[in-house]
Amino acid sequence: MTLVDGRSLALIRGGRLLFEGLDLSLPPSGAVLLTGPNGCGKSSLIRLVAGLLQPSAGTIRSAQAALADDNLALDRELPLGRALAFWKGPHQSEATTAFGLDPLRDIPVRLLSTGQARRARLARVMASGAPLWLLDEPLNGLDSDGMAWLDDAIAGHRAAGGGVIAASHRAPGGEWQELAVGR
Amino acid sequence: MTGRLIRRELLRGLGGAAWLPTIFFLIVAAIVPFAIGPDAPVLARIGPGALWIAALTSALLPIERLIEPDRAEGILDQLALSGTSEEAVAAAKIAGHWLAFGPLLLLALLPASALVGISPQATARTALSLLIGTPALAALAVAVAALTSGLGRAASLAGVLLLPLAAPLVIFGAAAASGDAGAALKLEAAVALFILAGAPFVTGAAIRAART
Repeated sequence: MTLVDGRSLALIRGGRLLFEGLDLSLPPSGAVLLTGPNGCGKSSLIRLVAGLLQPSAGTIRSAQAALADDNLALDRELPLGRALAFWKGPHQSEATTAFGLDPLRDIPVRLLSTGQARRARLARVMASGAPLWLLDEPLNGLDSDGMAWLDDAIAGHRAAGGGVIAASHRAPGGEWQELAVGR
Repeated sequence: MTGRLIRRELLRGLGGAAWLPTIFFLIVAAIVPFAIGPDAPVLARIGPGALWIAALTSALLPIERLIEPDRAEGILDQLALSGTSEEAVAAAKIAGHWLAFGPLLLLALLPASALVGISPQATARTALSLLIGTPALAALAVAVAALTSGLGRAASLAGVLLLPLAAPLVIFGAAAASGDAGAALKLEAAVALFILAGAPFVTGAAIRAART
């Protein structure tokens, strides 16, 4: 069973055609890296796969997805541990440990640094247990430890049959199939 | 997920500024005698209606924090990804918002009715009509908050949108509070039920439409 199956997708946003005739398919354990210049529609394609946007043309089916994008989606006033617990991911404690967040459990989310907040987002995705991970610029703000943790998490997820779609200017570790977005 | 959302909404309301609409309600009630003058029979006659206007305007206060922060933070997106429908999110938000707003307002009715000097019987009638009306006010507030989320000047627009929509509720609610409950109370309940049933769908559609 493929995790994502998109055929001849087109997307128009704000009267501008971002891409058309785009095919995207992701087998289990697969990883696709979306590349292209700023504004070419990488983030929009990710939101399309997540089901948050509808394609202007074409069809898409995708497995249950977890998304890490620009938005933190954690309550800022709560301590990190409780904010993550709101999403009730089945793998919450593993994810918290995998991204080195254990010492930060009691820190309010609003006090996290950029890199820590990025790790918290990635931990939310890992905790969800969803077979499909959608990562929009996952490396932004991560230090070398953070990148290593992300590589490990992605490798573990793929080994378990999960798939990843990432939009990034640099590939995280592992084998990635590149897909150029844009016209 | 819905139960957790209601709990989150309630805690955020209580931890945030749940007392603000209540204080506002009390201040309006305190201002009414100053504006009308110390004429007890006149105050007793207009008291219930004035309290309804106070309740309506205080329902406007929390509108900005109901939907917009969750949209901007991506929480609504994540809820959609977790398989919760927008309508369920809306229903949970309405329930949580009422729990943070309604009971406190009803509690504040006691001092407020003393401030405008209405009789215990009129206070009881007002309490009953507000008990029926405040869930609908909460539903309207959530729906209007969703309709205006992401727009500039959302707060002023929300007031312009909400007040006319609340007019039927105020007409029957204030009539039921002023005396001879019977028919007015039933009509108020009908209007409140209509608003409560429709609001989650309006809110859900507005949340989807605001997604970019």
